[in-house]
Amino acid sequence: MEIDVRKVAMLSRIRLTDDEAAELGPQLSSILGYVEQLGKVDTDGVPPTAHPHDAAMPLRANVVTNGNRREELQAPAPKTESGLYVVPKVIE
Amino acid sequence: MPFSSLSEIQNRLSSGETTAVEVARLYLDRIASFNDELNAFVHIDPAHVLAQAQASDKYRSEHDARPLEGLPIAVKDIFCTQDGPTQCCSNILKDFHAPYDAEVITKLKEAGAVLVGKTNMDEFAMGSSTETSAFGVCRNPWDTERIPGGSSGGSAAAVAAALTPAALGTDTGGSIRQPAAVTGITGLKPTYGRVSRRGIIAFASSLDQAGPMTRTVKDCAMITGAIVGHDPRDATSVADAPAIDWLAACESRDMKGLKIGKPKEYFVDGMDAEVRASVEAALKKCEELGAEIIDISLPNTEHAVAAYYVIAPSEASANLSRYDGVRFGHRCDNPEDLLDMYTRSRDEGFGSEVKRRILTGAFALSSGYYDAYYLKAQQVRTLVQQDFTAAFEQVDVIATPTSPITAFKLGEKTDDPLTMYLSDIFTIAVNLAGLPGLSQPCGFANNLPVGLQWIGPAWREDSVLSAAAAYEAATEWTTRSPAAFGGES
Repeated sequence: MEIDVRKVAMLSRIRLTDDEAAELGPQLSSILGYVEQLGKVDTDGVPPTAHPHDAAMPLRANVVTNGNRREELQAPAPKTESGLYVVPKVIE
Repeated sequence: MPFSSLSEIQNRLSSGETTAVEVARLYLDRIASFNDELNAFVHIDPAHVLAQAQASDKYRSEHDARPLEGLPIAVKDIFCTQDGPTQCCSNILKDFHAPYDAEVITKLKEAGAVLVGKTNMDEFAMGSSTETSAFGVCRNPWDTERIPGGSSGGSAAAVAAALTPAALGTDTGGSIRQPAAVTGITGLKPTYGRVSRRGIIAFASSLDQAGPMTRTVKDCAMITGAIVGHDPRDATSVADAPAIDWLAACESRDMKGLKIGKPKEYFVDGMDAEVRASVEAALKKCEELGAEIIDISLPNTEHAVAAYYVIAPSEASANLSRYDGVRFGHRCDNPEDLLDMYTRSRDEGFGSEVKRRILTGAFALSSGYYDAYYLKAQQVRTLVQQDFTAAFEQVDVIATPTSPITAFKLGEKTDDPLTMYLSDIFTIAVNLAGLPGLSQPCGFANNLPVGLQWIGPAWREDSVLSAAAAYEAATEWTTRSPAAFGGES
């Protein structure tokens, strides 16, 4: 199977060098070629499994439980200012 | 002493024969002597280890000892710890310090354990050899030219060489059991939902589960008993999981009346003949101990690896989207704009295996391919699970080889990702079905350890532990340890 590596890399927000793209293309084709055997399995009417024990997603009360830890939680950020995350300009 | 089990060390601590500080010093000395050769630990802070040991000795002098009082336990670099860095052996998390402890870390601390340090692993737990670590490959103590398995290879190598008596790993497709097998130790992946995933850096959320890697079956039970329990802060943690008497499960010394399923799909051409012979001999031993071996079939086994390599990368591509250079982790220098920041930060931060999996997952989830790949794989997952459900109507436990081969040479499979993926062929189905699985040593092939895998029904870790404990008591494999590191082989 031919895969547009550049397109998938853009969906993944990963820049690839030309060398990386040249190497990844055949590797992804080989992996997806192997995976294609799934197409031969008869799964008509078989429900998909998302959680192995079919547990329902629980809900909790919408209340704050961990206090205000902004400084601690922002400490690992590459760049912050006045409690905000700083990123390159998005809108001209 | 260094090759003692956790429970033997516990006995010496309770009798006053030794102290937590002495025990900690012993293993710190061994780490200092041997870690350069193995690269099992990627972070160690001796002063902090000794401080925890001193605090434990003080606690013991004033209170009743807690379940893991003073016992050294190493943890894989995937567990968030407030002390020291948590880097998942990835450059994208280089020097990351977690603002909170993973739930299992909190539980280990509450049980009195002394946390020894962070162990090496495949980057983001993606690999079967610990060769994708951003901090260098880890080596197998039985032959340092060979891999220690993966992704929890650092934990496995550390226990096998007695740099710690026990460690925690995580298992998404075999990452506790396969490294345990190829380094000759015991490892348990509990039932999915039994152990909280909160604070464990996510790889594939519907498959990831944490568990112990130790010298003996009882040691696995001791640690598992301390880390299980419902965690309301992990939405996939199961609230009404049946309770187990973990230590009682390990007292079994025979297998009278036990029905062991032997699936034909796990004894196939292409696997190492000596590995197969070791596992067949182990099953013979189980028969002598009173078990009945029943031939069974798990017909969808052949599709498990394919289903896994759609589901795991798909979930990974979603989970790893959080590494965007904004809130934590690596950010590239001088980004031109937001898109440039995302794409370059991620290119620089992720290693090639991680990129491969993110791209595979993004493809499988992309418009036009979702039904044919992701949905189809989830349906095949249901069939894999149904195979096990049907088998467990006939048998109590299932026994298989953990890995079709022994530890391979470093670099042997790095050029061909698909061949590497196929080395997990016997462990993956257990994760897809969410079942408990344990690997224990059952002999040697080509002078390298072989693992016997036990699989139980959901929530029946007790069945798995009791079969493994009986086999362990009747054999001497757990007493073997690598001579080059002061053990008895």
